[in-house]
Amino acid sequence: MTATTTSDREIRRLGEPTRISTPTRAKRWLADHVVAIIAGFVLVYLFVPVAYTFVFSFNNYTKSNISWNPVGSPTLKHWENPCGAPGVCDALVTSIKVGAIATVIATVLGTMIAFALVRHRFRGRGATSALVFLPMATPEIVLGASLLTIFVQGFSKVGLQLGFWTIVIAHIMFCVSFVVVTVKARLQSLDPRLEEAAMDLYANPTATFLRVTFPLVLPGIVAAALLAFSLSFDDFIITNFVSGDSTTFPKFVYVSYLRGIPAQANVIGFSMFLIAVILVILGQVISSRRKS
Amino acid sequence: MRSRRLAPYVLLIPGLAWLTIFFIIPLVQLGAVSLQSGFPGYPGYYYRDVNVGNYASALTEFGAHFGRSILYAGLATLFTFCLAYPLAYTMAFKAGRWRNVMLICVVAPFFTSFILRTIAWRQILADDSPIVRTLNALDILPGGHLTETWVAVVAGLTYNFLPFMVLPIYASLERADPRLIEAGGDLYANGFTTFRTVTVPLSMPGIIAGTLLTFIPAAGDYVNAELLGSDTSTKMVGNVIESQFFRVLGGFPVAAALSFTLMALILVMVVIYIRRFGTEELV
Repeated sequence: MTATTTSDREIRRLGEPTRISTPTRAKRWLADHVVAIIAGFVLVYLFVPVAYTFVFSFNNYTKSNISWNPVGSPTLKHWENPCGAPGVCDALVTSIKVGAIATVIATVLGTMIAFALVRHRFRGRGATSALVFLPMATPEIVLGASLLTIFVQGFSKVGLQLGFWTIVIAHIMFCVSFVVVTVKARLQSLDPRLEEAAMDLYANPTATFLRVTFPLVLPGIVAAALLAFSLSFDDFIITNFVSGDSTTFPKFVYVSYLRGIPAQANVIGFSMFLIAVILVILGQVISSRRKS
Repeated sequence: MRSRRLAPYVLLIPGLAWLTIFFIIPLVQLGAVSLQSGFPGYPGYYYRDVNVGNYASALTEFGAHFGRSILYAGLATLFTFCLAYPLAYTMAFKAGRWRNVMLICVVAPFFTSFILRTIAWRQILADDSPIVRTLNALDILPGGHLTETWVAVVAGLTYNFLPFMVLPIYASLERADPRLIEAGGDLYANGFTTFRTVTVPLSMPGIIAGTLLTFIPAAGDYVNAELLGSDTSTKMVGNVIESQFFRVLGGFPVAAALSFTLMALILVMVVIYIRRFGTEELV
């Protein structure tokens, strides 16, 4: 008896088809896929609030766009007039401007640091790494608070008042570290033999850099820039501390929460989501075409 | 040769100067403000001092807020981990050609402002929402509300920082050699043993990065507590810092002391954590 069961088990382990009754098969399927099923639920969970934002952009609300008004909903009026609420498009424009400037400068500064860290041996390497890591390990509220104190008690004396430029400065500061990490990862994964090959083929260092190294690192730089823009665009806590009277899109939403958020904010929020998804998909399609 | 030696410094100076001027110096200033005293009779004006009393009042008056911040952030980190690991695992090993689509799905919600999504959670967890109605119909919701409770705050934190947990774990699992995990099975380890002794250690760098990227911002967050929590019993230390800075006249020193204490607390916890589970350098 015992002999048969052992051999049975061995056969199953070898992957031979064994006859299993249906309930066991269902159980097995479930056991094999339970992780994937949980993953599916987690993905759905990530999108539930986005769906709410979308649905409430069609709400015909009277005072506050918090509860659904069945009378007159769904309505397209907020989509037809996305700048209809006072200040919402100004805030959006401010956010895009801040994001663009901060992204460009942070990407340049961060890429330079990443190159130095990966390609050079120098004194103070450990200290540099620590200085890059620390802003990411500091809670945003501490960054915001410390910038507020220096802007109010120090830099305002030399003419830098809280506003657009203090937001830009702050955003560059917290984006640099993320750029360094992203570009550094890409640089480290490069095959050094490609550059050696270019040198062997008599390319000078400049040509090697421009025609081999840089194109290979470029995807990492682009990824870092996208990350920097999205971090800047969605930042609220630091912005709230250093913005003075300027209003970015997240700050607009937060401030108007007390008075009732206009549905235009939902329209813009969901549009940003759509634009981002479309851009990412386009990028994927283009890069996969180029490969084939 | 000479230029080769100077090159790293030329590359480093602009970025490091930026971080020094707008990260290190402000922190020093924050430390100085945390020791300032207010001019008697002139609220909102301060003079340089070594007033340790700011720290004393920060800790005695707002100790509960510190406790809540650590507790809520810890719970949220635990929950994000439980949600993120199956997702990251599926993306790395089971998704096949769906991998990129899933990656987009994890990142995409970022682009709807997180404030909007947090407000959406307020609607999802509202008293007349299907979730709360179901729970109340089953009579298993003490108090009958979800919003204005710590549950909603922790749920909001869990949701908002989930991608920060998924992405590093996914990155480290994706880099792992699947043959190592197969080898576990070949050596007659059952599924769970392989997972425990091979898969989890392989993803440890991602787990550490993910827990830090979740815990640190969650402990300093005040948006979730503000939008989803109650006015009194669920405020976190971030709420106190924000209101001391903006709504309490003369609140700067205590607010600075609170911020400094929060940063020191988190830094100590992070160092102990990395020492305990440490892997290679994080940056």
